[in-house]
Amino acid sequence: MSIDSALFHSALLALTPILLAALGGAVCERAGVFNIGLEGMMLIGCFSGVAGSWFTGSAWLGVVFAALASAAYSMVLAVGTISLRGDAVVLGVALNLLAVGLTGFLLRTVFGVQGTFSDPDLAGLDGIDIPFAGAVLSGHSALVYLSWAAVAVAGVFLARHPWGLRLRGVGEAPDAAATLGVSPAKYQYAAVLTSGVLCGLAGAQLALGNVTLFSENMTAGRGWIAVVAVMLGRALPLGVLLAGLLFGIAEAVGFRLQGLGMPQQATDAAPYVVTLAALFLSTARRRRRKQPLVGASS
Amino acid sequence: MAADTPGTAGAIAVRVLRAPALHSVVAAVLVGALFLVGTGADPIGAYGSVVSGALGPDGIGSTLTTGTGIIGLAVALAIPMRAGLLNLGGDGQLVLGGIAAAATGLYSPLPAPLTVVAALLAGMAAGAAYAALAAVCQNRFGVPLLVSSLLLGYPAMSFASYLARFPLKEDGSSLPQTRRLPDGVELPAFGSSTVTVGLLLVAVAAAVFMFADARTATGYEIRMTGLNPRFAAYAGVDRPRLTLRLMALSGAVAGLVGAIGVLSFPYRFIDGSLTAAGHTWTGLTAALLAAAAPVGTVLAALFFAALEVGGLAMERTTEVPRELTQVLQAVVIVFLAARLNLTWRRAGKKSADAPEPTETKEVSVR
Repeated sequence: MSIDSALFHSALLALTPILLAALGGAVCERAGVFNIGLEGMMLIGCFSGVAGSWFTGSAWLGVVFAALASAAYSMVLAVGTISLRGDAVVLGVALNLLAVGLTGFLLRTVFGVQGTFSDPDLAGLDGIDIPFAGAVLSGHSALVYLSWAAVAVAGVFLARHPWGLRLRGVGEAPDAAATLGVSPAKYQYAAVLTSGVLCGLAGAQLALGNVTLFSENMTAGRGWIAVVAVMLGRALPLGVLLAGLLFGIAEAVGFRLQGLGMPQQATDAAPYVVTLAALFLSTARRRRRKQPLVGASS
Repeated sequence: MAADTPGTAGAIAVRVLRAPALHSVVAAVLVGALFLVGTGADPIGAYGSVVSGALGPDGIGSTLTTGTGIIGLAVALAIPMRAGLLNLGGDGQLVLGGIAAAATGLYSPLPAPLTVVAALLAGMAAGAAYAALAAVCQNRFGVPLLVSSLLLGYPAMSFASYLARFPLKEDGSSLPQTRRLPDGVELPAFGSSTVTVGLLLVAVAAAVFMFADARTATGYEIRMTGLNPRFAAYAGVDRPRLTLRLMALSGAVAGLVGAIGVLSFPYRFIDGSLTAAGHTWTGLTAALLAAAAPVGTVLAALFFAALEVGGLAMERTTEVPRELTQVLQAVVIVFLAARLNLTWRRAGKKSADAPEPTETKEVSVR
């Protein structure tokens, strides 16, 4: 197998949806909301992105539609866990399940098809050619570049901005934050809403950037990988980027090996195995240092 | 849940009417009606066709066949959930159980009836071993069970798919499936129906779970761990060991369901067919709805099986997509997750040392 620019190009493509969703998950984690509904929010983003693009004829309106729909969907988690004190894990699992049913139902009623909707007239996101950037970094959709910017923005926001500091305070000691006049609920709502928007963008990139179609359950566990990336990256934007990159490279290498005659089943499993292995290594190391794993309480 | 403690008929009726599970189901049915109206369908007609399609003379056999899988997985996932452990790897354990049963069925030198038993045991062993692996990941490496069980599911499905497409593939067939099992290597069916002895096996598993939960010391230990892990640890419950045993049991039941699937029509392992119906998630939903109480879990699983089969009938007669039933299932749980904790919060307000909201997360993530 040759290591060339096309390989890294496809690794970045695989990375983007996971990175966007995982950034959302990281913000929630920092605010003290455990969000495992990323998969469902992303799937809602995929469908509404395709629907928005189809009915308006503009891929960008599709992206906006995806962000709004996914944000609205994330409010179920926000109301359920923050206002009603519901169980975040149960709600997250339910949201993932609901998204599969809801998008399947809407696929049948809105588009009248089952399984997959694709049409030559469906507008996808165009690649942007960036001069002098080379074959790896150039030619992606704007959402890919936006995701890198989002890492930087989230990093600076959480580390420097007063709101970011308050958000972390809310996550670490809600009572202390409340005593200082910071409303934990307000920050937590904002965090969940942000994750909804980011998951919507992730879904839009998956359905309008990586491919131009919607198929049932097309997120295929990527939202879960994003949850793991939050844990691996210890809810730090840069850490999440590195964790997501690991998955992206595993997927791209797997896809390449498939072209060289490896059975598809072996390469399909590769990203999950790599992610799990990385999780082992990082938790084993953290255990020796007696640091808790983000999102885990054991 | 209402099924936990005995009482007079009146007291039970009051408890059932007050149960959050019932309210969630009613709320979901109303949300479903809104969907139906929104798509221009007649909700009463659609729901009517669900009920008649699932429980009518043509549907009941199909409900019980679907129910075999859903009840089986609901019980499998309820076993660890009773102790606050979430096994999300049911699909992987199910599929490995199925492929192990298929391999045993095809290559066992034993006479047919013994081969059936061997195949069932092989399916249970494969599922148990794989689920135990997820427990080891948590106990030894500190990877949360929720994540380890789920992530391990994907390679398991890929592995089974590989076996069905290459080493075990039927010669000359274009489909990704194994050969048909030899004559006699199958679970007998009741009369001419599609309901097999598999339903009895699942019923036995459910009965054992009910008995162990209500009458044994281990069952008490498990429930106590689910209610208050810290107290259970203080009282001497060896948590890692309990996790390992419960996950192995859970995987064994999931593997059994996979083996039953292969030993019933069409008597072979077809890639993707065991997971296509999504019984794992339906079973998980049923277990969540009943808070993993054994009787409630089985009832909830039967309810969802009826909903699923009725959904097919609804699709045939009213052209409403059957995915609506999947939406209903999830909406039930969304409402329930909020309702459940409303009562917790009220209970919390009474006492000074109320558990803070993060406590609930601690209980269920492990």
